[in-house]
Amino acid sequence: MNKTATPFDMPQGTDVAWCPGCGNHMLLQAMKSALHELGIDRNNVVIVSGIGQAAKSPQYLNANMFNGLHGRSLPAALGIKLSNRNLVVIVESGDGDMYGEGGNHFLHAIRRNFDVTVIVHNNMVYGLTKGQASPTSQRGMATPVQVNGVMLEPFNPLAVALALNVPFAARAYAGDVERTKSIIMQAITFKGFSIVDVFQPCVVFNKLNTYQWFRENTTYLPENYKPDNRGAALELLFQTEKLPLGIFYSNEKRDLYEDLINIGTTPLYQHDQPDENAFQHMIDAFL
Amino acid sequence: MYRDISIVFSGAAGQGVKTITTALLHVLKKCGYNIFSCTEYMSRIRGGTNTTEIRITEKKRQAYVHHIDMLFALSPHSVEHLQKRISSNTFIFAEKERFGDQWATNFIDTPLSKFALETGSLVFSNIVAAGVAFGIFGIPIEIFTDYLHEQFAAKGDEIVAKNRAAAKLGYDFGKHIAADKGIMPLVNIATESPDTLLMDGSTALGIGAIAAGCNFISSYPMSPGTGLLTFLASRTKSFGIVVDQAEDEIAAINAGLGASYAGAKAIVTTSGGGFDLMQEGVSLAGMIETPLVIHIGQRPGPATGLPTRTEQGDLNLALHSGHGDFTKAIFSPGTLEELIETMQRAFNLAQEYQIPVFILTDQYLLDSISTIHRTKVQRLPIETFIIKTAPTYQRYAFSDNGISPRGIPGYGEGIVRVDSDEHDENGLITENFGVREQMVNKRLTRQLSLRGAALLPTLIGPVNQAKRVVIAWGSNHGVLEEALDILSDNTFAGLHFSQVYPLNPIVKSLCENKTLIVMENNATGQFADLITLETGKPIAHRILKFTGEPFSVEEVVDALKEIDHE
Repeated sequence: MNKTATPFDMPQGTDVAWCPGCGNHMLLQAMKSALHELGIDRNNVVIVSGIGQAAKSPQYLNANMFNGLHGRSLPAALGIKLSNRNLVVIVESGDGDMYGEGGNHFLHAIRRNFDVTVIVHNNMVYGLTKGQASPTSQRGMATPVQVNGVMLEPFNPLAVALALNVPFAARAYAGDVERTKSIIMQAITFKGFSIVDVFQPCVVFNKLNTYQWFRENTTYLPENYKPDNRGAALELLFQTEKLPLGIFYSNEKRDLYEDLINIGTTPLYQHDQPDENAFQHMIDAFL
Repeated sequence: MYRDISIVFSGAAGQGVKTITTALLHVLKKCGYNIFSCTEYMSRIRGGTNTTEIRITEKKRQAYVHHIDMLFALSPHSVEHLQKRISSNTFIFAEKERFGDQWATNFIDTPLSKFALETGSLVFSNIVAAGVAFGIFGIPIEIFTDYLHEQFAAKGDEIVAKNRAAAKLGYDFGKHIAADKGIMPLVNIATESPDTLLMDGSTALGIGAIAAGCNFISSYPMSPGTGLLTFLASRTKSFGIVVDQAEDEIAAINAGLGASYAGAKAIVTTSGGGFDLMQEGVSLAGMIETPLVIHIGQRPGPATGLPTRTEQGDLNLALHSGHGDFTKAIFSPGTLEELIETMQRAFNLAQEYQIPVFILTDQYLLDSISTIHRTKVQRLPIETFIIKTAPTYQRYAFSDNGISPRGIPGYGEGIVRVDSDEHDENGLITENFGVREQMVNKRLTRQLSLRGAALLPTLIGPVNQAKRVVIAWGSNHGVLEEALDILSDNTFAGLHFSQVYPLNPIVKSLCENKTLIVMENNATGQFADLITLETGKPIAHRILKFTGEPFSVEEVVDALKEIDHE
């Protein structure tokens, strides 16, 4: 694992609440390296998260943080971006946080297409609440609640995102820090809504989707794959054996929400006094 | 001669009640009359019965009256709908042709359609109706035709001419019928200067928000809270306001908090049902100490309730919203002046104390139209309290008053962390019991100075001498004032609260040795309970109304007279 020091490292001795061997550790390393290699100023980036083990990520990354409520990272991220579009806004979330509790926001944030990068730690199980099914759990997986095995169809996040015309969709595997870092870097650089669904083992509660399982059941998209065809990308995402990894789709032609609603580069905190002439004019209209 | 008149226009949705009353209000305002208008409508797009009351009064009044002096019934159903408010003194103007077998001999046949068709089309019926009203009142027709010219000039000379012709036909008819039926014209009680503004409550709220420097609104439409959203949406360009229609109320409040965290002056608007969904965000605002203004336009609940009617049933909801202990403040304006002013206070208070601040209004207040003198549009200095952060910045640094300097991301060299988990001074998650206790105290300490800064109630009449004090909040300001004026009994005085929480300690002394009477639009007396809780004073009488309608002046006078006889 690449453990180069970055400005995003927390002080030595910071207590980390993740289990030893958890995929979160590798994903955190990939995130910090990606931010560092992109030369992003830590004062100018906000990591937004909800609740869950994955959502604790910004606690261990030395940058601005909005650790909000369960499922609500995207609305908060939208508010932040619309308030100051100069900030780099990144959402870190888990499969329960983003696809379960935050499902409705997931749909509508993609429809807006504001400039945000969404990293979803997808371990296909609820960890912090001790092992219940998540929206992406595989059918048949037995849990303390789904005692006869999961019966619901698993949520296919990237296919849903593509159906909503998401402009950037990628899948990574946390066990491969280098490739994950590279995908995250491209997602952050991308102007628009970019989602990276990251496969990640939960070593305590998911005995089905282990490191070995991911190694055996995933494969990177071929070198010559061109991520410019939404239909072809969708086909790949319907595949249930040998799940492809990499950037499925990337299209910067979609209009940014910030541009559509005419948000300038001056942050809102710099103009919080109403224009006096406009104010008098407004009042006079009621004479 | 009338010194005070109540005119009611009633018809099916889509029949143009609004066009008629808008024209009337503009012209009456131009003439300098004191006017007040309120509306009740059904939750549907077409049909049903929508009713607007316009009062022309000698003294400035801002309240609904039950009695009707003149009724313009545009549909047969509207007479039935308003039966209880009609007396032998009510002149009823209706069109015989439209009423068929529902026609009654005391109605005055007013051929609106006939005149409209003579002018060229049925669409002119509204203008004919307004013309009839002006004819009856004896208001010079030129003021009305000038108004029509202003309104329709852009549509071409022909349209202007037809509108004028329709107005003239109605006007002449009105003059004739007034003489024929012995209807007295309006006495000239015009006292207002022409420099007054005509607006509804939602507009006043919007003006207040803009005056406060509001630059972000994220909301999901819900009557009657939507008016503020549309007001700001139509002014995004002039004032650089970011407007986002959220997918639900949960998204709305979380986006508002995200925006505020990054330095925006944010507001959300909704009604009780939408606010139910927002409560997790109120709790988050309390935890992350991030300013937010929340407008709740109340309507009758529970659940969907009566979507287009009025109530004051969400005080307890706002007061107790959000789990956990933290600080909040609640304003409850009752006039246009108060709407404009308290909105600015709400923003300033939210920024200064880093808390969620509520504005509670209701359908009646938001939809009522009245006048405010231009000079009474109060402007408060805009306060921001954002600092440029140093590298050692701590978002939740402990301080004597519990408030830490507020940094925002991207301004300064510090890192700004906010966390819904219990956190330390850096904003990082902690499970340290000692820090937890300190943080709870930090979030509550500011309550003390907030209480001292709370707005005092408006005194109505001789509060010090009177043995009985009638208490109202929010939209009941005008009705309490008028009822006490009519009662003209020195043993009664009134207090109107445009801030209901926290209560200023002085309130307790105002209530000392008085018989307290609380009037409010809910079933249990939510504010009455709050007064007892905050001051320890018992409430002797509760005047409660929860039909979905506002209090009328008459019923408050009657209720107070009854108390007097006890």
